[in-house]
Amino acid sequence: MDLSLDLLGNALVSGVLLGGFYAAVTIGVSISFGMLDIVNIAHPAFVILGSYTAYIANSAFGFDPILSSIVLLPAFYLLGVAIYHVYDVSFERRGDASIRGLAFFFGILFITEVILVLVFGVDYRLVDAPYVGPSLHIGVIDLPLRLLVPCLVSLTLIGVLQLYMSHTVIGRAVQAVAQDPMALRLMAADPSRIKRIAFGLSIASASIAGAILIIIQPVEPSIARDYIGRIFAICVMGGLGSFGGTVVAAMILGIMESLTSTFYGPSWSPAVAFGFLLITLAVRPAGLFGRS
Amino acid sequence: MRNVRFILLALAVAAVTLAVARLIDNAYVFFAGYVVLQYIVLATAWNILGGYTGYVNFGTAAFFAVGAYTTVVLHKTVPLMPLPGMMLAGGVISGVIGLGMGYLTLRLRGTFFSIATLAMAVVAQTLITNWYFVGGSRGAYIIRPSDSPIFSGDYIQYLFAIMLLLSVISVSIARAIQHSRLGYGFSAIRDDELAAEASGVPTLRLKLIATALSGGLMGMAGAPLPYYVTYLDPASGFSLSYAVNTIAMPLIGGTATWLGPVIGAVLLGTLQQVATVTISSALSLLIVGLLLVSFVIAAPKGIVGWFKR
Repeated sequence: MDLSLDLLGNALVSGVLLGGFYAAVTIGVSISFGMLDIVNIAHPAFVILGSYTAYIANSAFGFDPILSSIVLLPAFYLLGVAIYHVYDVSFERRGDASIRGLAFFFGILFITEVILVLVFGVDYRLVDAPYVGPSLHIGVIDLPLRLLVPCLVSLTLIGVLQLYMSHTVIGRAVQAVAQDPMALRLMAADPSRIKRIAFGLSIASASIAGAILIIIQPVEPSIARDYIGRIFAICVMGGLGSFGGTVVAAMILGIMESLTSTFYGPSWSPAVAFGFLLITLAVRPAGLFGRS
Repeated sequence: MRNVRFILLALAVAAVTLAVARLIDNAYVFFAGYVVLQYIVLATAWNILGGYTGYVNFGTAAFFAVGAYTTVVLHKTVPLMPLPGMMLAGGVISGVIGLGMGYLTLRLRGTFFSIATLAMAVVAQTLITNWYFVGGSRGAYIIRPSDSPIFSGDYIQYLFAIMLLLSVISVSIARAIQHSRLGYGFSAIRDDELAAEASGVPTLRLKLIATALSGGLMGMAGAPLPYYVTYLDPASGFSLSYAVNTIAMPLIGGTATWLGPVIGAVLLGTLQQVATVTISSALSLLIVGLLLVSFVIAAPKGIVGWFKR
């Protein structure tokens, strides 16, 4: 029994750390889907793009993946602004955002993946950093730095975003857009501009999320798809757009996945997220913390 | 009456296609033609739900692969069963899955349905990957019989003929729906679901019919796949390119009518076959993605929309 208690403890701890990382991958969708109502299913592809930019910075120039991803934030922000501009002009202003908007992002997901395959091939890529190998040990619990550092980076990212959203004019405007775009327009603010900024932020978060993804696991272009279900499961369960809810939901999912792969084998863990999503959608679509 | 005439016409076109293909007498024509026909069925099936009612299904690969794996199971348990029987079984199982999916998620906003279909594809893939009876992640081998059972010729000719018949059936169904009460109900849901509900259109029931029908046809399209590829593993059966193609074809052809998916499938399917042979398969997928994005931005009504002004 001793052994399995150790196993349980370790599975719980790595689940929490994994969940912290999932929160970083999801936070972009919490902004774009949860607050702006833009179904950006291509978000995981941008996360993978972030992994590859961190990989290039690391393998070609020897930079730290996390620092390089922070340096690259403006580039990702501009990419997001550009994509939102196309989306806004082509779909939102025509009032035709649902089917074609979805197909648009699906196409972008696919194009990004194919381009990454054409450029980098389907080999798994890794990064090298001082915190990839070692672990901390507290009693019987192992804390691999490979998971601990991403979790801390992720929580910092979300904390900064939360501060930005609640304490700056633009951040509050984003929340206002989420609640009532029409009212915002009556206050003589331009919802389009606010949404462009917010969407830029959501894609920018993919840079950091991508960097910590490639620290946690080797990356190849098609793993983006594994994250679609996780991201939306977390986002919906977290109550669409609530940052705190996103973190809690991400940790619940991380713990469940970690327990599943510890006790049943890793080949079952993708089904956990998706099963979770299906159950959430069927039973409580407003999420655990959402106002129904 | 108009439907009967259309079906007869479609059968005549199909017969001519088969005759021409047999006249060319090149196995590659059948192999390439099969894929194009398969996409006609998939695109038409997708459009019954996606084009008519406006609910985007990203899970084509799941319905398709469920059909294919039904054949693998039947091939192992009842090897003497004829292929049309297997297709029917695959269609029924996929249809029931579509119904269950729809029942769980169709009461929500359309976006949630789309995300759930994406999720379902991964759940199904995980289940198949862990199911050793059908080969698990190593995949399953199926030995293709050498000769066609009904007319003289290679077995691929038989597969081609069956897929031809299935595309006639699905296009006829799609066309019949478009001009029926059911079709008007579907368009009412697409245009304004709340208003449709308020005017007494049984929206949930109609949506469930669309999902089951669309899923069933996709399953039937997938059922002959194991005989076509002779080796089926989860990664290829659940390939995302099925989902992308199936969405791209109707959107490029035009989603409002039965003709759009057919045009899209023939154009895009042929283009891909040519590009795969002459350039590379990754690049041909890139072309599909780029076409999809440029069409949804620049030509929202698809190719059919160019001619209807």
